[in-house]
Amino acid sequence: MNSLFEIIAFLLIGSLTLGAAVAAVGLRDTVHCGLSLAVVFVGVAGLYLLLDAEFIGFIQLLVYVGAVAVLVMFVILITRPEDGVIQQPDRRRQKLPGALIAAGIFLVTYGAIMQSPSLRRDVPEPAALSIRAVGEALVSGHLLPLMAIGVLLTTALIGAALFAMEGEDGK
Amino acid sequence: MIGLPLFLILSTMLFSLGLFAVLTRRSAILLLIGVELMLAAANLNFIAFWRFGPNPAAMTGALFVLFSIAVAAAEAAVGLSLILVIYRHLRSTNPKEVNSLHG
Amino acid sequence: MADSSWIPYLLCLIPLLPLAAAGVTALSNPSHRRLASGLTIGSLSIAFILALVLFIQVVGAGSGEGGEVFRRSFNFTWFEFGASSLRLGLLLDPLNAGMLVMVSFVGLLICIFSVGYMQEDANFARFFGFLALFSFAMLGLLVANSLLLLFICWELVGLASYLLIGFWYQKPAAVAASRKAFITTRIGDLGLFLGMIWLYSESGTLLFYDGGAGLLEASTLAHLTTTLTVGGMALSTATALLLFCGAAGKSGQFPLHVWLPDAMEGPTPVSALIHAATMVAAGVFLVARAFPLFAASTDPEVISTALQVVTWVGAVTAVFAACIAVAQTDIKRILAFSTISQLGYMMLALGLGGISAGMFHLIAHAFFKALLFLGAGSVIHGCHEVQDIRQMGGLRRKMPLTFAVYAVGMMALSGFPFLFSGFWSKEEILHLAQVWPVSSLPFYLALFGAFLTAFYMTRQMIYVFFGNYRGSHSPHESPRVMTVPLMLLASGAVLLSLIATPAWAWFHHFIQGGPTHFELAAIFEGWGLMLLSIVLVGSGVGIGWWLYGRRALTVVGADALEQKVPRLYQALAQRLYIDEFYEATVIRLQRLLAQVAEVLERRVWAGAVTLVAAVCRGVSCLSRSIDRNFFNRGFDQGCTSLRGSGGRVARWQNGDIQTYLGWVGSGVVLLLIFFAWL
Repeated sequence: MNSLFEIIAFLLIGSLTLGAAVAAVGLRDTVHCGLSLAVVFVGVAGLYLLLDAEFIGFIQLLVYVGAVAVLVMFVILITRPEDGVIQQPDRRRQKLPGALIAAGIFLVTYGAIMQSPSLRRDVPEPAALSIRAVGEALVSGHLLPLMAIGVLLTTALIGAALFAMEGEDGK
Repeated sequence: MIGLPLFLILSTMLFSLGLFAVLTRRSAILLLIGVELMLAAANLNFIAFWRFGPNPAAMTGALFVLFSIAVAAAEAAVGLSLILVIYRHLRSTNPKEVNSLHG
Repeated sequence: MADSSWIPYLLCLIPLLPLAAAGVTALSNPSHRRLASGLTIGSLSIAFILALVLFIQVVGAGSGEGGEVFRRSFNFTWFEFGASSLRLGLLLDPLNAGMLVMVSFVGLLICIFSVGYMQEDANFARFFGFLALFSFAMLGLLVANSLLLLFICWELVGLASYLLIGFWYQKPAAVAASRKAFITTRIGDLGLFLGMIWLYSESGTLLFYDGGAGLLEASTLAHLTTTLTVGGMALSTATALLLFCGAAGKSGQFPLHVWLPDAMEGPTPVSALIHAATMVAAGVFLVARAFPLFAASTDPEVISTALQVVTWVGAVTAVFAACIAVAQTDIKRILAFSTISQLGYMMLALGLGGISAGMFHLIAHAFFKALLFLGAGSVIHGCHEVQDIRQMGGLRRKMPLTFAVYAVGMMALSGFPFLFSGFWSKEEILHLAQVWPVSSLPFYLALFGAFLTAFYMTRQMIYVFFGNYRGSHSPHESPRVMTVPLMLLASGAVLLSLIATPAWAWFHHFIQGGPTHFELAAIFEGWGLMLLSIVLVGSGVGIGWWLYGRRALTVVGADALEQKVPRLYQALAQRLYIDEFYEATVIRLQRLLAQVAEVLERRVWAGAVTLVAAVCRGVSCLSRSIDRNFFNRGFDQGCTSLRGSGGRVARWQNGDIQTYLGWVGSGVVLLLIFFAWL
């Protein structure tokens, strides 16, 4: 059973995340959306902490909030039109199919979650996510994905740099 | 009381919101934001299952999320640079204008 | 038994050598004259030598016990169809051994004569090629042991005759004559063909001698005589009469004789070879060869109907042709009618049962008729191509050699006694006719014919050789290449008489088997008949001289006989109007049929063909319109609609990723619903 502190923490962080997500999705000003995204990331990191995955939570903060969100903000600011008008006014009508699909996904998954008996099992003792354990696991059992991630990151770095270099013909 | 189902419902809501953004927003960057939301929701799912799942000692969920974060970062970088290139070409980030591969 | 395995090779070789000569001549340049004549003469010389070899073989073998003759047959299968097979064969017996020698010898002499006679002709090589072809066919006919092989060679002989009569094809008269010859003999050949087919269907074989199973052997003949057909006739009689139709056509018997006088349009060597000595003899040879078939009758005491028909036809022909010969004025036409008359004598002899008499007369006639024709050719050549005897005369002094040999031929033909073969052969025939049990009329007809023969030959001799020359050219003697063969033939005509006298009836026993013996006294057997025939010949010559020889003959004056009996003479000169009769009946009918056929062809069959063509065209038009409107348009429509719908579907791909993602999302929703709850 969760303590009261946990329940309140969950409610707070959860609503913060959701609110920021709604804002990220619904605000008109792109800059505001980007900032909301950063808040969402922070909220998610908080959730990780609630779930006893401290290491992952801090990684989330470092990478997502520290790098990705900043990157997004950069690009938003670069690609802003000069005259200050951010976006065309949204037409409510055209959002309907997307909304329906999203709602559909939510409903179906909600139904699946609610009906599934396996989700109400006994909760085991949480395991400690020590850095040492993570490191050992990475280089022993999960070596291959580690290497692959290395290659991927290298490629992405080179690729992104190449893209951003000349820009005229994509050279 | 705060069990797995609740966390899953939360992540599903995040996911739906992200999907909604991808399907409806008029700027490519906002599209990317939606994608990041969806990824975050998926990562949350993994951590939740790791925490409430049968074998937390194996750390599979957490490690997966580690890699997912790395991939998501790389993908965001590449995607944003692509958006920059498109912006240079078209002077706009509306994804509906990037349709030269139409039938 | 002597080894006879080399005989079939010689039998094959004898006709095939002239065929090879003909083939090479046909393929070579027509300007190679020496090649053509050399090949033909060479092949005929070798054929003659081979024929002599075979003849000696047959003579040497003699006749077997019981009076059988030497006979060797060599049969082979030509092709097989199903269970039955078609067999051909070669035969060597006294009948054709003698004929082979005669045909090759006379043919050889005539070819040598032609070298001189056709000297100026432009188609020299073609002439010799045709002569070689003819020699092949005639020799093949002689050696045949199969009625089918004989028929094939028979037709080839007819073809060669057609080619040679119409040799100077620029002359319309020659073309018409060759056509008439071919068609008239064809009518006879139709009977021959029907007889052949009938025999094959009844007896299953066409071989003459086949080790007991042949057509002319006892078992088949017994079967044929006992089977009865239309009118109660025995099958053997019916088929024999059909075969006789062919023989009558080829040998110019009445009423199928009309082609022979017209055939004189061909060059004289052709007349000598084909229409005197050899081809016309083929009909007589066929009757002689098939004599067992002719003679077979249901009742052994009675002479068969077939033989009676042959006898009557021969007798009538002999007299009929002799009568017409009396009033002709073309030197060759007189000889043509004489040939018809003599052929009648040969048929008469065969009908009376005298195979050897008929064959001897045939061989003797070949010699002296060829001699007469070649002599006439020499005369024509010497008189610069004039053939009317009224324009000749006194050639006795201008062409003495020709006159001498021609006189020998005339005497042989008329039957001058003792020295000349014609006398002995005619004696034999008259003797047989005298004792014929059925009737004596043929005998009297034959006597009358003998008288007429002497008469018209005397007339011809006087017109041509005696008196003064009435023509406008200057006649000259012929070159040696032409006179030497004449002399050889003349000697043959005389010497042959030696083998057929009653004193030494060698030929008779050669043909019909039995032992021979020489008995000088036997010459005078039947002296009464001999005396009668001598009297007839003498009176014929005498009346001829009395009518023609006493006064000088003129060109335009009427013939002496014509002055005495003008209407009879005119009728005879017009050949008793037989040609006109045929023209009015048969030819008119044929022309009518041709017109009917033409109308049928043009209206009915052509109309049917046009109709079919129109139907086809209509069907094709219909099919084309169906194809165009139905299939093509349908296909085009299908393609257009396909393209349209494709375009419409392709427009879904609008390049907008949000649209794509929308579809993916809805698909995921549906799948989730499907898997979660269904």
